[in-house]
Amino acid sequence: MRACDYFALPGVSSKSLKVWQRNKDVFMKDIKLNFLPPFIEPLLYLVALGFGLGRFVETIDGVPYAKFIAPALISISVMYASFFECSYSSYVRMYYQKTFDAIIATPLTIEDVIAGELLWGATRSVINTTVMIPVIALFGLIDIRYSLLIIPFAFLGGLLFAAIGMCFTAITPNIMSINYPVLLFITPMFLFSGTFFPLNALPEIIQYFAIAFLPLTHIVNVIRSLGYGILELSLLFDLIWIIVVCAILLLLSINMMKKKLIV
Amino acid sequence: MIVAEGLTKYFKDLVAVNGISFTIEEGEMFGFLGPNGAGKTTTMRMIQCVSPVTSGSLKIFDMDSISHPREIKSLMGVVPQENNLDMDFTVYENLMVYSRYFDIPREEAEKKVEELLDFVQLTDKRDTMTESLSGGMKRRLILARALVNQPRLLILDEPTVGLDPQARHMIWDRLRLLKKNGVTVVLTSHYLDEVEKLCDRLVVMDYGRILVEGSPSSVIEEYVGSGIVEAENYPELLECLNRREASYEVIGDLVHIYTNDPQQIAEYLTMKCPISKMSARPATLEDVFLRLTGRRLRE
Ligand SMILES: Nc1ncnc2c1ncn2[C@@H]1O[C@H](COP(=O)(O)OP(=O)(O)O)[C@@H](O)[C@H]1O
Ligand SMILES: [Mg+2]
Repeated sequence: MRACDYFALPGVSSKSLKVWQRNKDVFMKDIKLNFLPPFIEPLLYLVALGFGLGRFVETIDGVPYAKFIAPALISISVMYASFFECSYSSYVRMYYQKTFDAIIATPLTIEDVIAGELLWGATRSVINTTVMIPVIALFGLIDIRYSLLIIPFAFLGGLLFAAIGMCFTAITPNIMSINYPVLLFITPMFLFSGTFFPLNALPEIIQYFAIAFLPLTHIVNVIRSLGYGILELSLLFDLIWIIVVCAILLLLSINMMKKKLIV
Repeated sequence: MIVAEGLTKYFKDLVAVNGISFTIEEGEMFGFLGPNGAGKTTTMRMIQCVSPVTSGSLKIFDMDSISHPREIKSLMGVVPQENNLDMDFTVYENLMVYSRYFDIPREEAEKKVEELLDFVQLTDKRDTMTESLSGGMKRRLILARALVNQPRLLILDEPTVGLDPQARHMIWDRLRLLKKNGVTVVLTSHYLDEVEKLCDRLVVMDYGRILVEGSPSSVIEEYVGSGIVEAENYPELLECLNRREASYEVIGDLVHIYTNDPQQIAEYLTMKCPISKMSARPATLEDVFLRLTGRRLRE
C-alpha cells in the first residue's frame, strides 16, 4: 500500500447503517445502564469543580466558573463517548468477538463495517450530549436557545474522535496498548484544551500547539460559544479545522483498518 | 458453480495456495482435505470473497470474486473455521441481526428464522446468549446463520471439528438434506470417513497444491488399491515383499501392504513368509491421505 492509498475514497455503501443498527440494538439492551454515566458524570464535575472549586476562583472573562466549565464538560463527553467506542469497544468487537469477520461474510464489505462503527461512535457522542444538556440547562449554566445546536455539532465532533479512536485501533498491537494514546493524547487534551482554565493561561507556544494539534480545543471553542449564546466569526476557523481534519482522519481510519483486516 | 484457475495466495513471502485449479459443479458436495497448513482455509476465504486473490482467476456463479464480492456473498452461506457468533445477542437475535445484513424483510426473516431454529434443533435455546451454548450448539447455530439468505452455495470450513459424534452426525445429516434440495456444498474436514461417505468429489491438498482429485472411491482405488493388509514388521517380511514387488509402507512396527486383492497377498504371506500376525481390511480415504501427505506431524 502506497502512502496515497491511505487517503483513497473507500467504497462505503448505505449498508454501513446495518452495522450502526447492530450496535444500537446492543446499546438498547442495557439502555438504563448506558444512560447513567452521561447523566451522573457532569453532575459530579459540576458539583466538585463548578460549585466547590469555583467558589475560590474569580470569574473567568466575566463568567462564573461553573458556567465556564459546563460547555467543556459537554465537549469532553463528546470526546470520550466516541473515542472509547471506536477504540476499546471496536477493538473488542474486532479482535475478541470476531464480529467484523462474521459481518464481512455477508454482502457488507469491511469499509461498510468500519463506516458503521464510526457512525455509531459519533452517535454515542450525540446521545451523551442530549442527556447532558437538559441537566446542565437545569442549573442555568447554558443558553437554551443555542444549546440545541450543540446536539448536531456533537455528531461532527463525535465523528472526529471516532476516527481518531479507529486509527489507534488499527495500529495497536493489543488492547492494553490503547492505554498509551489515552495517556499521551486524550488525557492531555482533557486538561489542556481550554477546558478547566482558558488556553491563554498557558505559555504561548503551548497555546499554538493546542490550536494546531489538539482537536478538543476547537470542539470546546464551538460548544462554549453555543453555550454562552455568543457566536463569533472565529468559530468559522474552528469549524473548518474540525471538518478538514475529520475528513482526512475518516479516510485514513477506514483505509488503515482495511489494510489491517484484509489479508 | 466455482471455477478456479491458477489460484494463488501469498501472505508476504509465504505461499499459502500455490496455483490450484478446480471446478465445482452445481449441486455437488465437494470436499477439500489436507493436513494443517495445507491452504484449505485460505482457499475457502478466497471463495468467500473475504481474502483477496493474489493471482489466478476465481469465478463463482460466473462472477469474478474480485469485482463482484457483494453479489457473490449475497448468494452464499458461510460456516467459518472459527466460531464468530455475535456474543452480544441471543440465539434468535443472532439470526435476525444476520438476516438484516442480507436485506431480508423483517417478517420474512422472522418466518425463516423459526424454520431454521427448528432445522438445527435450537428452538428451545432461542433466548439463550450464545456464550452459554455448547460447542455443538454453536456450530449448529452457525449453520443456521449460514442459511438465512437461502444460499445456493454453502461453504463450510471444518464444520464438525471438535464435536461429539451425535452433533457431528446431525450436521452431516442436515448437509445431506441441503444437498438433496439442490444446494451446492463445499467443505473442508478432518473426518475422512465422513468425507468418504458424503462427498461426490474431493481434492487432497498439501503445501498449497492439489495432490489428487476425484471421487472418494476412485481416489482410493488409484492411490492405495481397494484393500490393505497390515502385518508386523520383520526384516524378513520386507525382503519377502520386495521379492514380490508388492506396494507397501512401513509405519513403526507395522507394515501396510496396499493391494487390490488382499486375499492373494495374505495367502502368499502365510505360505512363503515368516509372519506371525496379520489382518486385512478395505482401504479408506485416511490411507490415501496419509500416503499422499506423509505421517509427519504438522504444526
Ligand atoms: N493471515 C495469515 N497471515 C499469514 N499467514 C497465514 C495467514 N493465514 C494462513 N497463513 C498460512 O498459510 C498457510 C495455509 O494456512 P491455512 O489455509 O489456514 O491452512 P489449513 O486451513 O489447510 O490448515 C499456513 O502456512 C498458514 O500459516
Ligand atoms: Mg483451516
